[in-house]
Amino acid sequence: MKKRSQSDLLGRSLTWLSGGALALDLLLVIALLAVLAVNGLGAFWQHKLVRLTLRDGTRVLGEIHAEETIPEQSATRMLVKVGNRELTALDFRWIDEANIATREWPEDATLLERLEWGNFYGALVEIRRGGSVLASGPDEVWSALGPLRDQKRREAKAVHELEVGPIDRVNRELERLRLDARKVARQGLAKEEEARRVTEIEHDVAAKQAVYETLTAELASRRATLVSETVIAETVDGKRKEIPVSQIVRAIQPNRMGTAATMGLYASRLWEFVSADPRESNTEGGIFPAIFGTVLMVFLMAFAVAPLGVLAALYLREYAKQGVLVQFVRIAVSNLAGVPSIVFGVFGLGFFVYGIGGSIDALFYRDALPAPTYGTGGILWASLTLALLTVPVVIVATEEGLAAVPRIQREGSLALGATRFETIRRVVLPGAAPGILTGMILAMARAAGEVAPLMIVGMVKLAPSLPIDGEFPFVHLERKFMHLGFHIYDLGFQSPNVEATKPLVFATALLLVGVVVLMNLVAIIVRNRLRQRYTSSAV
Amino acid sequence: MITSAEKTRSSKSDVVRAVPREVLHDPAILPPITDSVIDVDSLSLWYGEKRALEDVSIRIPRKKVTAFIGPSGCGKSTLLRCLNRMNDLVDHVSIDGDVRFDGMSIFDPDTDVYELRKRIGMVFQKSNPFPKSIYENVAYGPRIHGTKGKRDLDEIVERSLRSAALWDEVKDRLADSALGLSGGQQQRLCIARAIAVQPEVILLDEPCSALDPIATAKIEELMDDLTQDFTLVIVTHNMQQASRVSDYTAFLYLGKLIEYGETERLFVKPMKKETEDYVTGRFG
Repeated sequence: MKKRSQSDLLGRSLTWLSGGALALDLLLVIALLAVLAVNGLGAFWQHKLVRLTLRDGTRVLGEIHAEETIPEQSATRMLVKVGNRELTALDFRWIDEANIATREWPEDATLLERLEWGNFYGALVEIRRGGSVLASGPDEVWSALGPLRDQKRREAKAVHELEVGPIDRVNRELERLRLDARKVARQGLAKEEEARRVTEIEHDVAAKQAVYETLTAELASRRATLVSETVIAETVDGKRKEIPVSQIVRAIQPNRMGTAATMGLYASRLWEFVSADPRESNTEGGIFPAIFGTVLMVFLMAFAVAPLGVLAALYLREYAKQGVLVQFVRIAVSNLAGVPSIVFGVFGLGFFVYGIGGSIDALFYRDALPAPTYGTGGILWASLTLALLTVPVVIVATEEGLAAVPRIQREGSLALGATRFETIRRVVLPGAAPGILTGMILAMARAAGEVAPLMIVGMVKLAPSLPIDGEFPFVHLERKFMHLGFHIYDLGFQSPNVEATKPLVFATALLLVGVVVLMNLVAIIVRNRLRQRYTSSAV
Repeated sequence: MITSAEKTRSSKSDVVRAVPREVLHDPAILPPITDSVIDVDSLSLWYGEKRALEDVSIRIPRKKVTAFIGPSGCGKSTLLRCLNRMNDLVDHVSIDGDVRFDGMSIFDPDTDVYELRKRIGMVFQKSNPFPKSIYENVAYGPRIHGTKGKRDLDEIVERSLRSAALWDEVKDRLADSALGLSGGQQQRLCIARAIAVQPEVILLDEPCSALDPIATAKIEELMDDLTQDFTLVIVTHNMQQASRVSDYTAFLYLGKLIEYGETERLFVKPMKKETEDYVTGRFG
């Protein structure tokens, strides 16, 4: 009797322990997401602008970002974002509560988000073009600013298109001609032939050069027009600043905005964060290139790892004679999963970048040397490195998937006169598909979060262009790329403006989690579709 | 897991031996069968060192039902799986003796084992439909053997399901997963799947052992109809079933063929003591 109740007690406490452990795990996951969301998403919310008059008479205009109690004192102090970085050196300032004489929320306090130097806080004075004044006084300037900014935005877009369109094309053609010239010099042709070719190339170069000069002249004039209108704005302590209208990303008067408008602004900033290019050494603007780079790299990795892992597992499980050797290979594969990722990075550098990439350059891109094309880090090498890193995961999961296909189903197929290959293709692989996809999910999640090996095989702080764009041949796998994981590190440790980037670290981390979850979700949906198709009835 | 399929046989069996004399003279194991489709000659089989079949010779009559009975481990399933070389899939098997199908040795190097398995179909103890639709299960074999046209496949599927007495139950849900069928339906689907490749012989390895009495009765009824087109060989541990469905019955015990003859004769007037003991339920 007694023994029985003891084991019952043990059983009950085990239930509680296991349930508690699960609850704790869930709580940690929720806490992780909550911490990221609270710290990250708050950054895009527009606070009211407050004007503080301090006891010594100085005035401060800005947004209150945080309040805290000063250690070992009962007083509190506030962290105010004051902007105007070029005038005040720091755009955040701690102010003791006790020093504040008055607080006001002036209606016409204006925030200008700029392409350079960050936010400007102050009041609008006039708009000028050359020497003439187009508008003066806060209200007149405010109403004139909107249409003018729209116009400037169109002009800026045209300038950008000129740069990435015709000018870029001419540049590339000039580069091609330069390589042609080198090729001709290298080929060792007959003197006359060589002279003829050189003249031809020089002629082409001269023509292109002329086109280039016309284009750059046009660009210069357009750029001049772009900055012809300026806003004169005044800081709270009376300093005036001239800001080209084209430099203004957003003009906001937060104290006049209602809740709906503030929420609209929030959404627009959030959209900018995920869709725009970064500015000001990654502390402002968006992180689209990093999202794009991460997702593309993971997909390339998946394309590389899926056939490699599945075929290897197929051989191990279906074809190889089960014995000591196969068992040894299996253990070796599992151990491969435990090798520190930086080791794979070093291997990728030596093997892919210097070895294969160097050979490709020597064979196909000789004219461009010593500037490397494939012989330097790039998204292709990064993906392949990660494919090696994750291949054990796929092999192990695929093997489990294959083992889960019942023997009687294989026998059923063979008894109908199917060959082993037909049986594998039509019965075993479809049956193992959910297991294979589980492996792919794990591999993709691991790859998306890896940073260390990528730092030496092609990931950069700021990539000038995306690996896929409108330029022929559209997919540029040799290009360097940005990555969310590295972006977090960069924001957190390499940034000149820590207070401004702190929320972005959290927001970027949240986004990375989001990207991983999204990719996994797609894979899970596919897997469940397959499972449903192959297991239950549709009645 | 599929293990090396083409198992070479031990060299002893390369010579096709004549039926041993004592077999010829033993009426207990040599019923008068004139038209046989499969002839097993002095077949012995070892799993590693363990001998599972010992010098078995048996002739399977065409378009009849032959039942293999005997206690567990007597070798009846092993014998059945030899007939379409499913034992090839098992490691460490060695075979001596010969099996001839329509006069050709199935162990002959020229024999195409996939063609052999197409002509000698098999239904397993546990129903094993593929995790595909009902239609795809039946169409699987014909597809593998090269039938492509949708109309041809539709026709084969319908004919096979009708032959397996399943058509009326599933004709409206051919696209549904086969795993949604009941156990008895699944087993009949497996029979339809075997029929679809138009075999000459169908081997049934305890096809009803996992079914309830009603499903069993349906399959037994079906077997009777199938003898019009096919030769059936059934392994069963159920003596009533053997006596109900089969024309000939073979009794195996400890890897040896003890007695073989017309079912009625074997159950009513067994010639051997072991057979009598078994069929009267004294052991087994």
